Amino acid sequence: MLKTFKLGGVHPAENKISEDKKIEVLPLPKIAYIPISQHLGAPAKPLVNKGDSIKVGQQIAKGEAFISANIHSSVSGKVQKIDAVIDASGYKRTAVVVQVEGDEWEEGIDKTKDIKRDITLSQKEIIAKINEKGIVGLGGATFPSHVKLMVPDGKKADVLIINGVECEPYLTSDHRLMLEMGEEMMIGVEILKRALGVNRAVIGIENNKPDAIEHLSKIAKNFSGIEVQGLKVKYPQGAEKQLIKAIINREVPSGKLPIEVGAVVNNSGTAYAVYEAVQKNKPLIERVVTITGKSVKNPGNFMVRIGTPVSELIEAGGGLPDDTGKVISGGPMMGKALNSLEAPIVKGTSGILIMQEEEAARKQVLNCIRCSRCVSVCPMGLEPYLLEKVVMFEDFERTEKERVMDCIECGSCQFTCPANRPLLDYIRLGKNKVGQIMRARAKK
Amino acid sequence: MNLLKISGSPHVHTDNSVKGIMYGVIYAMIPALLVSIYFFGLDAIRVTVLSVVMCLLVEYLIQKYVLKTTVTISDGSAIITGILLAFNVPSNLPWHIILIGAIVAIGIGKMSFGGVGKNIFNPALVGRVFLLISFPVQMTSWPIPVPLGGKALTDAITGPTPLGIMKEGLSAGKTVSEIMPQIPDYVQNMLVGFQGGSLGEVSALALLLGAIYMLIRKIITWHTPVAFIGSAFIFASILYLVDPARFVDPFFHMLTGGMMLGVFFMATDMVTSPMSAKGQLIFGAGAGILTILIRVFGAYPEGVSFAILIMNAFVPLLDRGFKPKRFGEVVKA
Amino acid sequence: MNDVIIFSVASLGAIGIAASVILYFVAQKFKVIEDPRIDLVEGALPAANCGGCGFAGCRAFAEASVKQAEDKSNLEGLNCPVGGNDVMAQVAEILSLTVEEQDPLIAVVRCNGSLANSPKKASYEGASSCAFAHNLFSGEGGCPFGCLGLGDCVKSCAFDAIFINPETGLPEVNDKCVACGACVEACPRDIIELRPKGKKDRRIFVSCVNQEKGGPAKKNCDVACIGCGKCVKVCPFDAITLENSLAYIDPEKCKLCRKCVPECPTNAIHELNFPERKPKLVVAGNEEKPARPAVKADAEAVKIADTREVKKGTDPIPEEKAAETPKSVEKDDSASTGNSEETREN
Repeated sequence: MLKTFKLGGVHPAENKISEDKKIEVLPLPKIAYIPISQHLGAPAKPLVNKGDSIKVGQQIAKGEAFISANIHSSVSGKVQKIDAVIDASGYKRTAVVVQVEGDEWEEGIDKTKDIKRDITLSQKEIIAKINEKGIVGLGGATFPSHVKLMVPDGKKADVLIINGVECEPYLTSDHRLMLEMGEEMMIGVEILKRALGVNRAVIGIENNKPDAIEHLSKIAKNFSGIEVQGLKVKYPQGAEKQLIKAIINREVPSGKLPIEVGAVVNNSGTAYAVYEAVQKNKPLIERVVTITGKSVKNPGNFMVRIGTPVSELIEAGGGLPDDTGKVISGGPMMGKALNSLEAPIVKGTSGILIMQEEEAARKQVLNCIRCSRCVSVCPMGLEPYLLEKVVMFEDFERTEKERVMDCIECGSCQFTCPANRPLLDYIRLGKNKVGQIMRARAKK
Repeated sequence: MNLLKISGSPHVHTDNSVKGIMYGVIYAMIPALLVSIYFFGLDAIRVTVLSVVMCLLVEYLIQKYVLKTTVTISDGSAIITGILLAFNVPSNLPWHIILIGAIVAIGIGKMSFGGVGKNIFNPALVGRVFLLISFPVQMTSWPIPVPLGGKALTDAITGPTPLGIMKEGLSAGKTVSEIMPQIPDYVQNMLVGFQGGSLGEVSALALLLGAIYMLIRKIITWHTPVAFIGSAFIFASILYLVDPARFVDPFFHMLTGGMMLGVFFMATDMVTSPMSAKGQLIFGAGAGILTILIRVFGAYPEGVSFAILIMNAFVPLLDRGFKPKRFGEVVKA
Repeated sequence: MNDVIIFSVASLGAIGIAASVILYFVAQKFKVIEDPRIDLVEGALPAANCGGCGFAGCRAFAEASVKQAEDKSNLEGLNCPVGGNDVMAQVAEILSLTVEEQDPLIAVVRCNGSLANSPKKASYEGASSCAFAHNLFSGEGGCPFGCLGLGDCVKSCAFDAIFINPETGLPEVNDKCVACGACVEACPRDIIELRPKGKKDRRIFVSCVNQEKGGPAKKNCDVACIGCGKCVKVCPFDAITLENSLAYIDPEKCKLCRKCVPECPTNAIHELNFPERKPKLVVAGNEEKPARPAVKADAEAVKIADTREVKKGTDPIPEEKAAETPKSVEKDDSASTGNSEETREN
């Protein structure tokens, strides 16, 4: 039986143009820009210097804070410089710039395609390995995985949820990964299960990917305690809280983490990365990235080394179309618009979407006609129209009271607004300001 | 190449638009308009066209010369106000009264608050109530409907609505059963529209058709109409059960006067109704009870307009008091 | 008939008297004893309630002033930027204290990344809020420190003193500015600074806050400060410091000698309201360097002329300006007519 979450949600046009395209390997870039901050939390500290020769898989930055992650080189060559490089945020951030020479791998990494099924490491060793290999959540939030797997004292996880929903329109990287690396991913799920010490794992997949549901259901029969759950198509089902609600019908309380209800959510891509890290000793140096868009000549899914400039992926997709209006890192609902095509692909880049000029343009903003569509589609039960208004009037006390911090920025409200109001823009601003106020209060 | 566009997510948008919603409402009013043309003839067309044109004109003039903003008459909201205003007046209303109605509806009811989306009260109802109080004679002499090519029920040219007959009879000390023979029978006449009344309110069936269209297109939700009809029906039933001689049966209330028009087209006006589902239920229920209260105990035979206007005033309060159910609010033990 | 009249007059009168007695006792019971000077001080304030003093409105400032006068018998740290020295002198008089004169301040926009100097590299669509755009990306011109031009400062200004020039896309401050500091708070990039108005409205400042190194800064904007340090070397008063590849002129130390202005290779240092340089004299002093026209000098001159007209035309002087009017008229006159001092300087 198909499940879904109850409150709110929208149905944007799916446009999964590249879902039949097999994953290809993108050629190595000439220069790789590897940012030292590709994850949520503190930036990592560079370990290499200008002029150093490095190999593929060599650690080049160390995550020292509790919430941080290691960074490894995805290419071999010489460190040209460590400098500020423009990234998806639109700002310049520190990155290790590597002049690529050949493709020489660090020893001890299993480059073969052979599937290694036996899991030999213990729970603690698995988490240490995941930490060491710099695995982060590949769904987009890039939360360091080892932190997620360390259940805080007093809490207990009883179910692992694997996010194979890919509810964003256009993107197909998780879909292809599940189809082509299904078994590896499943071993990754088993490893994650052991790391968490749970007996049950559920893989949630929307039923616009029936082939993936079927394929993984077949593989799951060989594993105990892993089930595949089909889900009705509805955005934002891939959001952590909504997915937990849909699959095990538990509601994560406001302001709390999923572990509060005994669940831990990981992306299907993360499961695959965990498999590679634990079984193959391979750090997170490449990922599947979708290049897509209505005018893109050759949309597809590519295995891309971290640090490859977006422009090279666009070349592989047939070049930048003439009617390009916007280049987005991620999906159309939550992705970030890029202002430079030289921004590197990072751990959290699930796709590059090239939107046509007309498709990308925002429509004229009209008066709110109080149609209450934003209220009815909000998956968190907020009132976006009201939040927009109170943020506009800079009444941040009220903004906080109206629970702006609950917003998951899924964009359903703005997507559905018939008056084309920039609801999420203002809500984001409100979240930012309220966050500042809350931090200032916490300091006192 | 063009400059890359930068904006916050989401980068896609539905095909929903304010215009689409407004024209959807207009399409939904077409069946009722056709019925009124059938019963009231060319006069129905005259009043409707006059009212729409005047509403558009007033909005245009105010936007252009008073507020000096961009003119947005093409969004359809003024057309809706115009049609609704026409639906709420008798078909023989002279043009200058319609013009006053349009000025009050658009000028005072809508533009003085800042235009579309900002008004507190339903503009068409503001116009209608203003006319009703200012021109009571013209506003309550209803032409007897004459079907195209058919014959009138009586020889008179104008006559009261069933509600008026009922009110007058009851205040003269008659019982309901004594009055009933003067009123057209429910199904055949009132449901279809063969009764005295304002242009658009006579045919419950045509209005229901429009409402179904709006429900399917998701322009309106079920909450307000169901609460409205439900509460009015229950309240009227209670009164009927208490004393059937003094209080008419609930079906009468459902099918007469502006009930159906008000329920589906004016109480559901999104600008002047609450945002949350809970708020809409309270809003509808309040309007339903008030309608019956005014009809039965008030001075006017009809109470839908007043009831909706009164509830309109409560909308900000309802919005504050009734929030949607929030995710993660109920912490399970 | 008479009975009715007498009865109604008597009964209403009785109710009225009873109510007034109740009111009197209630008023006595709930009376709040307040220092009458608070009202006096409040009366002296401009009643703009702008919050520029750091208090929530003029009343709060008056209360604070009276309290501090009681506790410490001084007015240190209290200043009404809108009213300026005159208002503060009045306040001090009411409280029988004295205050030190403070230099009047004005908001200065330290970015010259206009559409011409820093051409658009991307186009932004969405909420017209600098604070939001700042979180989203570096800006249409590409400079991560520069003005976003969406007018948060304009919205914050209660005095109509700052507006966006559509030609440059940059905010400009006019003489209505009372240095309340609202725009300084509002700007997410800390571009606006309150600087002393300066003698005869003359100011020299670095019109850039870009902390990038020379290359990247120049790439996005022709007039960015590249941190070359030439101005630091040339300044005879040690008023210029260089930090994070960005020069900053300390208004306290700057003596307005203008030596740094022609030195700047990117024209990032601006001088305001100075007379035009005499080409001869500059060339004589520094032959290989061509004279640079004073940036914005023309525009400022026009502005001064404008304000004078306004002041002549409108008789009732706006409240917030009343205090400074006598002085500023004098200022304007000397700036536009008498050049004796400038000649001497040159």
